[in-house]
Amino acid sequence: MTDLWLIIPELSLLTLACGVLLIDVFRGHDSNAVTFWAAIFSVLAVLALMALYFPDGSTIAFFGTVKIDPMGTVLKAFALALVLMSFFFARDYFGKNQEHFSEFYILAMFATIGMLVLISANSLLTVYLGLELLSLSLYSMVAMNRDSAQSSEAAMKYFILGALASGMLLYGISMLYGVSGTLQLDQLVAYTEMADQQRILMVFGVVFVIVGIAFKLGVVPFHMWLPDVYQGAATPVTLFIGTAPKLAAFAMAVRILADGLQGLAAEWSSMLIILAVLSISIGNIVAIAQTNIKRMLAYSTIAHMGFLLLGILAASSSGYASAMFYVIVYALTSMGAFGTVILLSRSDTEADQITDFSGLAKRSPWFGFIMLVLMFSLAGVPPFAGFWAKWYVLKEVVAAGYVWLAALAVFFSIIGAYYYLRIVKLMYFDDSSDPQSLVASQDMKLVLSVNGLAIFLLGVLPGSLMSICVIVTIPYSG
Amino acid sequence: MLADLPLLSLCVWVPIIGGLWVIFAGSRVPAYAVRNDALFISMLSFGLTLLLWRDFDNGVAAMQFTEKLNWIAPFDIFYHIGIDGIALPLILLTSFTTVLIVLAAWEVITDRINQYMGAFLILEGLMIGVFSALDAVLFYVFWEAMLIPMFLIIGIWGGPRRVYATIKFFLYTFLGSVFMLVALLYLYQQTNGSFAISDMHAVLLSLPQQKWIFVAFLLAFAVKVPMWPVHTWLPDAHVEAPTGGSVVLAAVMLKMGGYGFVRFSLPIAPDAAASLNGLMIGLSLIAIVYIGFVALAQEDMKKLIAYSSISHMGFVTLGFFVCFQIFAKTGNWTDAAMGIEGGMVQMISHGFISAALFLCVGVMYDRVHSRQIGDYGGVVNTMPKFAAFMMLFAMANAGLPGTSGFVGEFLVILSAFKASFWFAFFAATTLILGAAYTLWMYKRVIFGEITNAAVKSLEDISTREHTILLALAIPVLILGVWPAPLLDMMHATIAQLVEQLANSKLP
Repeated sequence: MTDLWLIIPELSLLTLACGVLLIDVFRGHDSNAVTFWAAIFSVLAVLALMALYFPDGSTIAFFGTVKIDPMGTVLKAFALALVLMSFFFARDYFGKNQEHFSEFYILAMFATIGMLVLISANSLLTVYLGLELLSLSLYSMVAMNRDSAQSSEAAMKYFILGALASGMLLYGISMLYGVSGTLQLDQLVAYTEMADQQRILMVFGVVFVIVGIAFKLGVVPFHMWLPDVYQGAATPVTLFIGTAPKLAAFAMAVRILADGLQGLAAEWSSMLIILAVLSISIGNIVAIAQTNIKRMLAYSTIAHMGFLLLGILAASSSGYASAMFYVIVYALTSMGAFGTVILLSRSDTEADQITDFSGLAKRSPWFGFIMLVLMFSLAGVPPFAGFWAKWYVLKEVVAAGYVWLAALAVFFSIIGAYYYLRIVKLMYFDDSSDPQSLVASQDMKLVLSVNGLAIFLLGVLPGSLMSICVIVTIPYSG
Repeated sequence: MLADLPLLSLCVWVPIIGGLWVIFAGSRVPAYAVRNDALFISMLSFGLTLLLWRDFDNGVAAMQFTEKLNWIAPFDIFYHIGIDGIALPLILLTSFTTVLIVLAAWEVITDRINQYMGAFLILEGLMIGVFSALDAVLFYVFWEAMLIPMFLIIGIWGGPRRVYATIKFFLYTFLGSVFMLVALLYLYQQTNGSFAISDMHAVLLSLPQQKWIFVAFLLAFAVKVPMWPVHTWLPDAHVEAPTGGSVVLAAVMLKMGGYGFVRFSLPIAPDAAASLNGLMIGLSLIAIVYIGFVALAQEDMKKLIAYSSISHMGFVTLGFFVCFQIFAKTGNWTDAAMGIEGGMVQMISHGFISAALFLCVGVMYDRVHSRQIGDYGGVVNTMPKFAAFMMLFAMANAGLPGTSGFVGEFLVILSAFKASFWFAFFAATTLILGAAYTLWMYKRVIFGEITNAAVKSLEDISTREHTILLALAIPVLILGVWPAPLLDMMHATIAQLVEQLANSKLP
């Protein structure tokens, strides 16, 4: 019975999601507003529950399948907050286009359950369960725009490649299970520290597990799906995929690699170095050539996920803390960037070309400024949050002894700065081709402003979030 | 009561917060109110820095006006600021030029005036922050954040090729700085977890370590100074920037590179600096001589002054690095100190002179809308007062005795002579080259027949322009005949710096 209390947020979200689904079914097609507010209150309720049942320490429950600890709960809280914000952006977008996609909120809630399960996984099977729940919801969200060929293509691509990656992950899991006879991550770790004949088989399994993780994060060379999905999906769906699930993917990487495979850190660390270098270089270089803002941000995501790996590959508790800080800041910044794309879109245009940003600073000085903050934050220029994220990760990479890797990473971030500067250039130096004023609801404008200011504030005073990340990752220092 | 105020913090934050206020409140008020507000804020911060000067103790080498607050607790990063004799003159220069920039933009800038004024005020605060930061991370944050307002200033209010110039400026300086960040993070490991610059000064490092760190710092500071061959962003940025942007670039931003050398490179990696000083002297001499010839060939006034800046900044780096040669030769560190002092004086003096020359070009550009030397000629006939002022600044740029330009160059050449005759020989060619390109430009622009109809109808400088140029002429002349206040200010600090250089940091 006490076990149930530990997963009360997941349970209540599941119940509430089913409830919202029923409301939506019975209210018919005029139900957008009702569904929206029901979804908002569900997420808020779960957030409140999580605050109420904040864990003191780490507890393993349900026969070793679930682990409830402060790190997981903090990540879950941020994921829920991001989901909440994405609902506001989605409502504005669908409202502008006169579309009725109340399914968005319901699918997003199910995806959120998947994230929560994934974040608190302590067994390889739980990882798989959470991952599939998350992914299946995302596949259908991408395909939601039925009439668009691009959307359907993106969904097919996502689904097929996603299924392939899941297969790889399962194959890796089966090897790990074959050696150790356990799926439980906290027991698996004992086997990784043995130096015997089985070790090579373990490492072989790790390769496949890493492929699965890399696919979910979208790092090179497992990134092929990402630009197409980002471009093909409706902007709120892209916004959703690009934010909260990244936190879950980070948690999945830390759970598997740090909880379960810490003994093989030397092996997976060097694999991650290859992935990180490839992602940072290819992501940043290819992004320069993009003319579609969603595609550009997709390549920027690839580069940022490479940076995230830098934190993880340090394989120390402070490294995980830096990666956690990175992923939270990244998700928040990317939320704002996609939010601005939604802000610019109107019923007749998608505003997904980068030239649509021309003259934004004159059309709306405030949102021009917000986008400026977001772009400089993504480029890693102080005093914005993105700088601290990079700073923290680089600090851990240098501490782990990879000075050359840090130098390489900063070199490619200069190349990356170019395409962010180009957006600022369009907004501030060019004249607008579009004299119409911006159309957006007040609450969405408020959310976007808060988002931008949060990036600014986290840039000036990053200490408290850093402290949180440091404290919750302390258990990994053993 | 006044003594209890965190004066240095006010110097940093008054312009930044004032600038934000001008940007956001200024969009709803008429332009004259924005100008008045901006002038008030810039005068206020200039006044605050004068208070710093009043209370500054010349005899103390240690940091003064220090403030230390916890900033990022998990990593022992502090909001730690303070100034010494190297930082104070640069801070005074910064706040002084900002007042002039606000005045210079008075009627000239009409587009988004609130953003223009705000950007310069924020920039001022960030630059003062760079000069007063005692924590490496704080320093880096100010250092990089400075790029954002400058990027916007060149990009929004610049000339026809402004986009190219500003992106080049940003990427170039960003390229240099990020490697400094890696070096700082590496030093953090070596000091066992401290970002305090003083701890970095104290930590022992092997020669290869020092060399790597020195090179990383060199990338950052050489781009800023700028040293040959990483100077190519400067002519573009200067030509395309609005007058105020050129002024702040030349007067203050270039000095950040020089400041970085004396605050970071020399004390943190003295042995590497000693072993690489041949390279540094070589690069400085190339800048002085080669860039001097390049300046001679320019047709665009701003470009000419930009190249002249690079050439003059070569003196600064020459002064800083020649000291190792002097020590090797004479074994006397007090002799060596003269080179560093000369470099510092040259930085301050160049701040005034280059600002004045860019403002002079601005005065003409506002009337004729051309920077080409060929479009002018005979300006003295219609603008006699202006011609007199420009004469003074042109002479100062050429290093005429009695102006501030002479003092710095003389000190550096003198110490170069102590190191080697040939260093002094090449450095002294600038006295000829500098006179040649500056006075030749002056002759072609100011004297001769009036060939352009636009020049015929020129009006002489207004009271506002008169005030600006006069305000710059006074320090140029005073420092020229009586540099003692400036030298006294930094004497103790430089003596301490030289002492640090004298002691090897090898473990």
